[in-house]
Formats: sequence, structure tokens, C-alpha cells
Amino acid sequence: MEKNLICINCPQGCHLTINTASETGDFTVTGNRCPRGQTYAIQELTDPRRVVTAVVPTNCHALPYLPVRTDKPLPKTLIPDLLNSLYKMRVDAPKAMGDIILENYKNTGVNVIASETL
Amino acid sequence: MEKKNCYDLAVIGGGAAGLSAAAVTASASRRTLVIDREDHLGGILRQCIHNGFGLRYFKEELTGPEYAERLAVSAQKAGAEFALGTTVTELKRLPDGTFELETLSAKDGVRIIHARAVLLAMGCRERNRGNIATPGTRPAGVFTSGTAQKLLNLEGRLPGKKAVIIGSGDIGLIMARRLRWCGIEVQAVVEIMPFPSGLTRNIVQCLNDFNIPLWLEHSVVEICGKDRVEGVEVAPLVNGTPDMGRKFHIDCDTLLFSVGLVPENELAISAGVKLNPATGGAMVNGDYQTSVPGIFSAGNVLHVHDLVDFVSEEAIRAGQCILRYLEGRTAQTPGNSALAGANLKYVIPNRYFTGQRTYFSFRSMIVTNNGTLTVSCGDRVLLKKVLPFVRPAEMVNLELNEELLSDGGELTFSLEKGTEVK
Repeated sequence: MEKNLICINCPQGCHLTINTASETGDFTVTGNRCPRGQTYAIQELTDPRRVVTAVVPTNCHALPYLPVRTDKPLPKTLIPDLLNSLYKMRVDAPKAMGDIILENYKNTGVNVIASETL
Repeated sequence: MEKKNCYDLAVIGGGAAGLSAAAVTASASRRTLVIDREDHLGGILRQCIHNGFGLRYFKEELTGPEYAERLAVSAQKAGAEFALGTTVTELKRLPDGTFELETLSAKDGVRIIHARAVLLAMGCRERNRGNIATPGTRPAGVFTSGTAQKLLNLEGRLPGKKAVIIGSGDIGLIMARRLRWCGIEVQAVVEIMPFPSGLTRNIVQCLNDFNIPLWLEHSVVEICGKDRVEGVEVAPLVNGTPDMGRKFHIDCDTLLFSVGLVPENELAISAGVKLNPATGGAMVNGDYQTSVPGIFSAGNVLHVHDLVDFVSEEAIRAGQCILRYLEGRTAQTPGNSALAGANLKYVIPNRYFTGQRTYFSFRSMIVTNNGTLTVSCGDRVLLKKVLPFVRPAEMVNLELNEELLSDGGELTFSLEKGTEVK
């Protein structure tokens, strides 16, 4: 089976072609100009993930919404659920940049961390 | 003048450029004041909550607020001082070559600041509906994408329920994803060019991930709605003219304009700084000094950058030049001109000093792979370089050393088309 993807690691946006061997399930990636393209292609085909960013309401007048992000890419299918949980939360001051806001989301090993000091 | 209002350097704007430069001058024990009209440092980075910043400068992928906070902390640690919630209303050069800044804030009222040098670091303003003359009614629900970004990310307000985005620059694409993640439908992104103006990776992760249609070579020819936007009329472009026979309607209650940035230079103009029509920023020499001695310029107010990392790097170089100026070690000659030739929109700086290592930034007007860049001085070719990947959206940087620039004379940068890009 052949599939085409565009790599999102850097601005060059390599056009990748991934061939899956029908017997072994092994992948061959072509069109990548660096090793990150290969890793991305296989990840994207088997378990696509994205870094998620959002804002969460706070109890602080000077910074009513705290920007947050996942510390690693999260499986794409879990993104809507994560966003819903974040929008329902309220974060209380103080928080330092990098503090964990939501730990090990649904056992994925992905944490949500503060992008700014509150 | 009271000592407390006297500074070596006044930095106007506390975003990426201002903070990066202030860290340089303050750590060299030069008394530095950063002035910003907002109550927080960081400028527009604070509302850019998405990731993708800092890969080059910090060697890791950060969000805008993280990048801003790191810069603010290092400027603070270096000993820079800050005047927040403060607007500079007037910038004047005094007969002795120093500067007087009239500032206004709720806290201090009118405050006069005295500085030996000034760095312009005010960044950009967005182009809007008026700049591209979009016809139609004038209902509520029309925003620039940066305004919508501020509403969503700083104020926690949704701009609408169903949006159309005009312009496929990176800011528009990032906003498409942001709107979707906030439960707002994105009906379309409409772009007049035959290719997207943003990066391919943003097309993939901001549009394709959400099945948002991108209408290339199309234009919004009418905004409909009385009190609130009710939709837009979109028409394909044939040789740059809308084909009204084939126009169609898209329903929406919100319209975002993401149609480019313009350096915000009103203050510079009032101080007599000469602007470059190709960039909208100041004309600068190899020291990032403007036509007014002692006034420097760096970051997006000088020319629009595509990466904040480049803004920091440029502002750090400007900071080092300002230190030399404060020590009286700046070249006193006007220098030689540097011009943009074939296929290049501009070159920064516009002048360089003979025999002084200079870092040039320029922007292509064409899309090509393996284009050849030529730097020539009169009939002499100083340098030829193949650029594997050239896009108008991506700034190119090139440092020329003392030896190459040792003879002086007018430099021309030009780009020859390489292989065709499909």
C-alpha cells in the first residue's frame, strides 16, 4: 500500500511516500531529506500525534487566562477530549512557567504544562 | 533633568526585539529603559499561544508566551528597567545629539525621559479590510486575525461561531486551527495567490487536519449582512480579475483578515527617520542606525520577519552596535549602499561600512529551488551561492566578512531562478 504525506517537522515540507509491505507490514519512506521525515511518516501512519495548546481560566485578575501546552505530542483522537477538560478547569495562582497543570492525561504519559508564570 | 529619568538607551517596545536588545545593553552596565504601552512584557508573542517558536534561538520548541517570558527574565536579570502601560507620545533629538521622550501613563501621567540613544522596536500592525479594499456592508464580525487571536487567547472571548479567513499567511492558518479547537467552524480560507503564502507544514496541521477548504486564486468580492456578518461572496480570479459569473456564497458570521503586516513607524517618521518604501521600515546602515544618528531600529518595525528567532538575533546585533555607539566607536562615514537587484524585494541593511563584517537579510519575490544568489560590486562578483529552497515567505540571511567588504563600493544582491517548483 502506498500513501503520500507532507512532513511537518520543518519549513521545507518534504513530500513523503510511504510504502507498506503487505506481508511484513514494514514501512519504506522515500522523499524525506532528513531522518526526522522517516520517523514522522511512520508515526503519522501508525499513531498520529500533535502538540496541543490552549488557554485555561484562572482566579487572577492580571492574567485571567493562562496559556498551556502539552509537553509532548498527544494522540490526535484524544485532542477534543483534552480540550474539553481544559476549558472546564480553573487554575489558581501561583503557577510557574513549566508547572504541570494536568498530569499524565489518560495514561498517555503526556502532561499539560503552563506556558507562562501566573 | 533628574538622574532617575536619564538613560543610556531608551527601547521603545517590549516585545522580542526590545527585550533581546535590552539584555545586551543592560548586561554591559548601560542604563536601559524598555517602554511598552501594554501592562505585560512580551508584545504580540503573548497571544501566540501555539508552539513552533525558538527552535533556532533556544534550540527547543516553545510557545510564544514561553519565548517571551524567557526574554523578559534575561532582560530583567541583566538589569534593564521597565516602564509598562506607557506610551511614547513624542521623540525629539536635542541639539547636543541626545534624545527627549515624552511618555504618558495612567500611573505617572506625563513623564519626560532623557536618553543618549533610542532603539525603535515597536513591531508591526496588521493590514485590514481597508488596506485591501474589500467591498460590501460594514457589519459586526469583521476582525483582523490578530484581534481575534487577542480576544480568544488573552481575553477568553469567542469572536463568533462560523468563520471565513481571508489570506493564507501563517497567522491566518494558525488561527484556523485555533478557532476549530475552540469549537468554531471554519468554512474556508480564501487566498488570491495561486499558492499558499504560509508554510506547507501549517497547511497540513492547521487546514488538512480539519478538512478546511483552501480556495487559491479566489477573492472575497463582497461582505454581506446588516448588523452582523451573514456571509461572503467569493469569486475565482482570472488574470487577477474576479470572474463574477462564477461567484458563489459562503455562510459565516465572522470574517478574519490575515493579509500581512506593516511596520508601525509613526513615531519614527515624527522624529525625522527616513523610511524604506520596500519594507515600510527605516533605512538603516550596517550598525542598524537610522538616518537620525543615535536612533536605531530592529525587529519587525525594521522589516517583517517570519521567525521570532531572527528578530532576537537581529536585535542582539543591534544591541551590540548601540554599545559601540555609546562608547563613541561607531564609524563616522556614511558608508556604501547595498541594493536589491533581480527577483529580490529588499535588502537590509541599506548601507554598509567598508571592511566591517555585515549581516544582510533579504526576501525573494519568486518561488524557486536551487536559485543562484549573486552579490556583486560594480562589475566584480563577490560571491555566488546556490540557495536550495527559496520562497517569498522565507527571509534569507547572509553574513559577509571583512575581507569581502574590504574595497567598499555599491553592492547589489540578485537572485537567478533555479529549478521550477510544482
